[in-house]
Amino acid sequence: MKVGFDLAMMKGLKKWRLFSMLAALMFFLAACGQEQISTLTPRGPVASEQFNLLILSTAIMTFVIIVVVVVYVMALMKFRRSKVGEDTIPEQVEGNTKLEILWTVIPIILLVILAVPTVYYTYTQAEVAGMEEVDEEGNKTALTVNVNAHLYWWEFEYPDLGIVTSQELVVPTGERVYFNLMAADVKHSFWIPSIGGKLDTNVENMNKFYLEFDIESEGLKDGVFYGKCAELCGPSHALMDFKVKSVSREDFDAWVAAANEEPSAPESDLAVQGEELFVQNGCIGCHAVSAVGGAVAQGQGPNVATFGDRNRVAGYLDYTEENLKDWIKNPQEYKPGNNMPEYPNLSDEELDALAAYLMGLSVENKQ
Amino acid sequence: MSAIAQKKGFGSVLWDWLTTVDHKKIAILYLASGGFFFIVGGIEAMLIRIQLAVPGNDFLSAGLYNEILTMHGTTMIFLAAMPILFGYMNAVVPLQIGARDVAFPFLNSLGFWLFFFGGIFLNLSWFMGGAPDAGWTSYASLSLYSPGNGIDFYALGLQVSGAGTYIAGINFLVTIINMRAPGMTYMRMPLFTWTTFVASALILFAFPPLTIGLFFLIFDRMFGANFFDHTMGGNTIIWEHLFWIFGHPEVYILILPAFGIFSEIFAIFSRKRLFGYSAMVFATVLIGFLGFMVWAHHMFTVGLGPTANAIFAVATMAIAVPTGVKIFNWLLTIWGGSIKVTTPMLYALGFIPSFVAGGVTGVMQAAAPLDYQLHDSYFIVAHFHYVIVGGVVLAILAGLHLYWPLMFNQMLDEKLGKITFWLFFFGFHATFFIQHFLGLMGMPRRVFTFVGDQGWDAFNAISSGGAVFMALGVIVLVVNIVKTVVQNKPAGTDPWEDGRTLEWAIPQPVPFYNFKRTPLVRGLDTFWIEKQEGNKEGMTYAEPLSDIHMPNNSFIPFVMSLGLFIASFGALYNGEKTWAVPVLVIGLAITVISMGVRSWKDDHGYHIHKEDLMDDKGGKY
Repeated sequence: MKVGFDLAMMKGLKKWRLFSMLAALMFFLAACGQEQISTLTPRGPVASEQFNLLILSTAIMTFVIIVVVVVYVMALMKFRRSKVGEDTIPEQVEGNTKLEILWTVIPIILLVILAVPTVYYTYTQAEVAGMEEVDEEGNKTALTVNVNAHLYWWEFEYPDLGIVTSQELVVPTGERVYFNLMAADVKHSFWIPSIGGKLDTNVENMNKFYLEFDIESEGLKDGVFYGKCAELCGPSHALMDFKVKSVSREDFDAWVAAANEEPSAPESDLAVQGEELFVQNGCIGCHAVSAVGGAVAQGQGPNVATFGDRNRVAGYLDYTEENLKDWIKNPQEYKPGNNMPEYPNLSDEELDALAAYLMGLSVENKQ
Repeated sequence: MSAIAQKKGFGSVLWDWLTTVDHKKIAILYLASGGFFFIVGGIEAMLIRIQLAVPGNDFLSAGLYNEILTMHGTTMIFLAAMPILFGYMNAVVPLQIGARDVAFPFLNSLGFWLFFFGGIFLNLSWFMGGAPDAGWTSYASLSLYSPGNGIDFYALGLQVSGAGTYIAGINFLVTIINMRAPGMTYMRMPLFTWTTFVASALILFAFPPLTIGLFFLIFDRMFGANFFDHTMGGNTIIWEHLFWIFGHPEVYILILPAFGIFSEIFAIFSRKRLFGYSAMVFATVLIGFLGFMVWAHHMFTVGLGPTANAIFAVATMAIAVPTGVKIFNWLLTIWGGSIKVTTPMLYALGFIPSFVAGGVTGVMQAAAPLDYQLHDSYFIVAHFHYVIVGGVVLAILAGLHLYWPLMFNQMLDEKLGKITFWLFFFGFHATFFIQHFLGLMGMPRRVFTFVGDQGWDAFNAISSGGAVFMALGVIVLVVNIVKTVVQNKPAGTDPWEDGRTLEWAIPQPVPFYNFKRTPLVRGLDTFWIEKQEGNKEGMTYAEPLSDIHMPNNSFIPFVMSLGLFIASFGALYNGEKTWAVPVLVIGLAITVISMGVRSWKDDHGYHIHKEDLMDDKGGKY
């Protein structure tokens, strides 16, 4: 048994080769996926730290794989029976202490290199003390959002601002936004891949963490970051999407001010008729039309105060009048297992009116 | 086998299989039923990949998809992988340690029938109102919320089959501790025996948490208990802990025997002693031990806090060290050997890069903050399929070729075997490698469909295409098996020519009493030692020829399991149907009465006289 072979092999792995491979790897990874949803295009410090861990661990693991593959290929080339002879009886080697120590110690060193930043970021990313910080007047210095996950929709409550919205989260860029996460019915998980890893919304206890948005979402495809439910929660788990608009602090303040106003009256006659239908059919019993207020109870529906500002119907359908009307007629077909009753008896005219009313509900237009 | 079948008539053959306590026949029962469930789980997998081949597909409805994905995972883990491995353990371990049977042949049969009836019960859900739909993890808030009886089928079916697994685990522990032939010290045990031993110890400690969790779930759903109902003071996170305290060791229960099979293969087909045997044994035990220390890495995103996450992250990384030791020991086993690429060896060679890829992504996910991104995305789907398919399934297929001559005295066709390997191996990597990137690109797991144009369309199509190759590989394998069985060409003793351990020294077909005389083990790879010293018989004996004590066949294990199967229907429909309680009582009565019969009716077995043994030629019976 030659001990020298693996040392020679390590020498063969010149450093520059590893680095150029890594550069190529990073390039390949970054080219993968779309900016508004990919963990490979981090657009906030939390996702960036996690992406750096991905690169570090991939680098270490690539090194391990290369070592294994080199030994493997060399063994396969040199020691085939056709090479060594049909009747050869190899030496029955018991082991080699030096080698065995070597391949115990080197992995330990590699793992320590990975473990240090892992533990560090585990603690820093769990830091939520900033949530409670107040300025001289006793106002919270940081924005906190209560995320309430319901069977297939998301509610975003701003407890310090007295407003609530759903399906589309609006946040300011360049500052830490703190989240209180909770589920109303069954467990879900809150995930905005380009901004940071996920955290579960449990049913019995509140989870807290922070995210930070580096860029405004306006330039992205659809003008939003994509958010996902990441924990199996029932038939329509796959459709439990949400969107995030990140805007400058000024725009965010303007949005908050507009959201605090009473909803403006419907503009067209059709929309006025829609408003009446919305009340007559009992929609208003589950769907608030004003953004002022707090979280709703389990079983109630999403706030529609910002319905006109959304870029999806029911969280995932294209934002068209047709989709909205189909959805109202038969919600079970589009999101099986959701809690909205069906309204198959509405006439086409009534649906037109409802759609006109809902699509006219906007906070952004008031800004 | 078939020759006897013709003589005996169908009824008596069936009776023989229903009552057998012979570990070799129980091995075949495990292999056949596990193989059946493997096909069922495979069909479910194909349905999943068809559904996800294109965005917005409506091939499967949302609810049905969740049932299929739940049953795919549950079936593959509990009803395919574990039973097939039990089949190999049963076929090989007693022979490998020089025993005439396992320690408790009756329990061996009971373990099988419990697994079998549990698996059938679980799958009957398809025809009785819908399968479970909360994932194989069946997290409590969703599993309590889930309507219908699907989750009840899951809980009761796994409870029954889990009892079988537990019994089998205890049986192998006792067998390996007590039944080793003279000279077979612990440090002379072949690696497959060692890994079976450690996996059985894991079963001993890992299954009780599952049993308790399932009982809580059953009580919550059927009798209105509130273990997991948070509105009544219960806690759903307890289920997650119980499940993963079982679930993580379960991964090692599967992979350690796989390691054992590959350790045998590398040594046999390199004609070389396993490199670093004692380090391999130590690594196996260490992996088994650490396997219990890391369950919360499945729960990094639950919100356990940074301290718990950091501790479990580091503990998880530590497992990579003994696993790495194993990989390098295998590489150094083939290094300097004389490598013959047979079908089993091909699988073993394919296993190394596949499993290393699955292992390193495991370490990546151990980095907790990174796991916040990877958890519950397609990255984790890729990871565990690399470990389970790249490790366990490749071992199962390798073991099928390796041990087929031992179990059936026939050789599977090498050419077809290699075709299966290349189809399966290519299909496996095509299906799953790309899923790492799907996860990184933001695709969550367990989604029944996805909206197009999010950058996932092409990769999902490729993944589905790869699955077709895996299916083709399995079809060729089935053809291979049919062809081999029909041809029925005897393989003879030591069919691979380089067998190293006792199981290859026995004349074929293996006599039902295994060893005429208990062998004396003179070192690691005892058969190799005898062959090198020119011993034509391949064994040195530890005793003179004498009568052999054998257990009687028994129908009681079947009836006991049947009773629990019947009782499960009673429990399932409790409160819904008027006949539920009587059925529950009748079922339990059948089980308890058969236990009584077993306890009070003495069954001393019988003896084979040595004169009868002498008449045997070449192990024929």
